[in-house]
Amino acid sequence: MTSPTALTWSLRGRSPADIPVAADGPEVTPDWAWGGSTGRGVRVCVVDSGVERDHPLVGPVDGSFVVLKDEDGIRVEPTDTGDVCGHGTACAGIVRRTAPDCELYSVRVLGERFSGSGDVLLAGLRWAVEQRFDVVNLSLSTTRARFTEELRALADEAYFHRTAIIASAHNTPVESYPWRFSSVISVGSHQEDDPELFLYNPAPPVEFFAPGQNVTVPWLGGATIRTTGNSFATPYIAGLAARVLAKHPHLTVFQLKSALYQAASNVRAGNGLENTTRGAR
Amino acid sequence: MNGTCRAAETDPVARELLQSVVDTARAIFGAAASSIFLLDREADELVFQAVSGEGEDFLVGMRFPAGRGIAGWVAGSGEPMVVDDLSQSAGFARDLAEKTAYVPNALMAAPLLGSGGVLGVLEVLDPAPQARASLGELDLLALFARQAATALAAVLERRAADAGQAAAARVLQDLDDAGRAAGLRALEAVRDLLAAH
Repeated sequence: MTSPTALTWSLRGRSPADIPVAADGPEVTPDWAWGGSTGRGVRVCVVDSGVERDHPLVGPVDGSFVVLKDEDGIRVEPTDTGDVCGHGTACAGIVRRTAPDCELYSVRVLGERFSGSGDVLLAGLRWAVEQRFDVVNLSLSTTRARFTEELRALADEAYFHRTAIIASAHNTPVESYPWRFSSVISVGSHQEDDPELFLYNPAPPVEFFAPGQNVTVPWLGGATIRTTGNSFATPYIAGLAARVLAKHPHLTVFQLKSALYQAASNVRAGNGLENTTRGAR
Repeated sequence: MNGTCRAAETDPVARELLQSVVDTARAIFGAAASSIFLLDREADELVFQAVSGEGEDFLVGMRFPAGRGIAGWVAGSGEPMVVDDLSQSAGFARDLAEKTAYVPNALMAAPLLGSGGVLGVLEVLDPAPQARASLGELDLLALFARQAATALAAVLERRAADAGQAAAARVLQDLDDAGRAAGLRALEAVRDLLAAH
């Protein structure tokens, strides 16, 4: 068993059957949580490399913004520059296919001079939280420790204002943020083929595992590619969150996380795991 | 041009190290090519610094904007990335790929991370089909890039220390005997301090 202090970034070499989780409380089924919901009316913001306009697998983008940094400081402006890489388009496409009727917004924090410095990522996330989006997909993190406390405060602000930040764990075992915070919903990849399977991690800080290996995603030029990484597991959970919130619009972030937890495939409420003790989970 | 790129171009050990990294990466993944880009922060560009396989005759020294394409995303995010089926993607930074006269179908890229942030990007183009797009390959590439970055950082630090010592020697030459003796004592003390840590 993983030691209590060990961190997990993704599910490797273990199957869903290896990580059963016993839960208390009423059973929350996927059907109750998001059955029949398409995410209609829920506002989802992708903080990444931008989102390509008019991609058939992304559909309408309701607003595109960019974080700029120069001698006047950092600011957020509307933009029509699309995606500089393809990664943001991929994330948006996964959100779209999971929650086809959600509203999609993009704030680009990569591709400009000084991007990647941490403060641009922070500014983009802050802007998204201030806009009170229902769901923010953040398939990025920063390893720079000096931003940790600001990010923690921002994640708390989002949590209290009912903005669910769905954050990717780093793909390599390094310390980075904000996925480490309990106020966000953190996601890593599992290696199963089922495109709808998601799991709760009995040994956080990564709380959820979703499909992130060999995922077909939209890319630049209206095309698709296949790719792998925690980045692509995250928007699946973001899309599910949008569906849950469209069906249950009064849920807080902690209720949303709880619903996802109880609906995860490896979590059994009540007597599903009679022999599992709390200490052995 | 910043110090990292300059050092990698002019220091024979750095050049040999980077060439060895791309040759080894290409062999590990059975790839058509492998390259290292170093980040020139002043110019905000990525520079081809070492190439193995396709393009090795003419790519070294070529530059492109740091924020674009998969290498740009890796440099900006500090995360590795693997993609497959790129030939289906008409928009895959095709202008850049065609500039390099080689358009891959699959690509893996990992950041070279130094203590101060991203030094550059290691790319592997068209790895063997069995070495594509799984989490295991992503791990292996990231591990290898970490080793390469650590070695590169050590070379660059040594070079910086050599340059510092040369500068100190020049300063000492201009001092009188008493000043030179005091300067040498100071240098000894710094050396002892570094050795102790």
